[in-house]
Amino acid sequence: MMANPNIGPFALEPNEKRRTPMRALVIDDSRAMRSILRGILASIDFEVIEAADGRQAIDILSTDHDFNIALVDWNLPITSGLQVVTEIRRDPHLAGLPLLMVTTETEFERVAQALQAGADEYIMKPFDREMLLDKLAILGIPVEAAKA
Amino acid sequence: MNREIPRVRLPEPISAADFDYVRSLVREKTAVALDETKVYLVNARLLPIARNAGIRSVVDLIRHLRSHPLGELHTQAVEAIVTTETSFFRDFIPFEALRQEVIPEIMEGRTGSDRSLTIWSAGCSSGQEPYSIAMMLRESFPELSTWRTRLFASDVSKGMLERSKSGTYSQTEVNRGLPARMMVKYFRQQGSTWRINREIRDMVSFIHHNLARDILSLPPVDILAMRNVLIYFDVETKRMVLDRIRRHLKPGGFLMLGTAETTLNLDERFQRVRVGRAVFYRAMTAEAR
Repeated sequence: MMANPNIGPFALEPNEKRRTPMRALVIDDSRAMRSILRGILASIDFEVIEAADGRQAIDILSTDHDFNIALVDWNLPITSGLQVVTEIRRDPHLAGLPLLMVTTETEFERVAQALQAGADEYIMKPFDREMLLDKLAILGIPVEAAKA
Repeated sequence: MNREIPRVRLPEPISAADFDYVRSLVREKTAVALDETKVYLVNARLLPIARNAGIRSVVDLIRHLRSHPLGELHTQAVEAIVTTETSFFRDFIPFEALRQEVIPEIMEGRTGSDRSLTIWSAGCSSGQEPYSIAMMLRESFPELSTWRTRLFASDVSKGMLERSKSGTYSQTEVNRGLPARMMVKYFRQQGSTWRINREIRDMVSFIHHNLARDILSLPPVDILAMRNVLIYFDVETKRMVLDRIRRHLKPGGFLMLGTAETTLNLDERFQRVRVGRAVFYRAMTAEAR
């Protein structure tokens, strides 16, 4: 399934699914990485829910669709990040959920594969706060105030 | 027991005289004005130059520069100091305004045989800005393939121009601001670096140019991006540069500046206009003034 065409810097309309506070699902098996992502997202007023593996993420998303973004690591125990992306894109309730892969996978083919599976954006580790905020901006999430 | 504390040798600080020398050198070559707060910058930028040249410290490098006639090392030092950091689609908003309003407006105004679009990215540093514009044109305006589209990019640093021409970027650079979809579409991975495709590279003509010194022969320009360049000049040089670049713009042409920059109180022959969430400065026609 294709990614949501209505997001990104070249979308006709900005992502309209905004509410206060915005909510993010962070899916990463590393507690340290979840904590870094939580810190950055919290600084731009996100409420952050964490999942330590793919299965847990799918479980959360089966009952709670109210997220503005999901950040998905590639190498996850039980269910891989790529499978998580594929499953999310199969669920019509989650069709508009922006998906950002956050991963140590830096091969061209991997990036292409993730986008093909339905990820909207891709950030390679290591990254800094500015890079992550830029990726969120690409996904139509307002971050200018935080960057200023 | 008396243990000797290992002594850490701190680098010798740059003296006022040495800094003045660097400041005059940079000013003479580029018109960039460095104030006293830039000592840290001089230090940080010159350290790799010193190391590459096998010179022990920044202070020794400056002494070497002072005691030798102008040469390659002086050029390298100046270029390292004036190089600015940039990124793909930096700040996003100006690019959105270009894509959604500015370029469509220019294109609608062109009829018959006058189907040309000329864009100049001045002070392009490592090239992300002109390549971002090139990708945007390719992505959003396929009809331009039948137009005469010219995209120029200039910089004062020959080293940066060579880098820009090669279109090769580190993982960190492609990770910053570049939409992944564009990365996959327009880049190829070469080991640990990413190289922009020839198709996009060939859209940009790179020119060595010093904004404050050189006269440049260019066709009249529709859009001139000169972002985060003016901030490095003193008021007098800002005025001179604005006056020069205005002559390159078509009447009504669009100037893009950095977010901290303006033409206000410097050159009244530009009109500040808001386009979407971005600000542009339009070259006024003689009648409008």
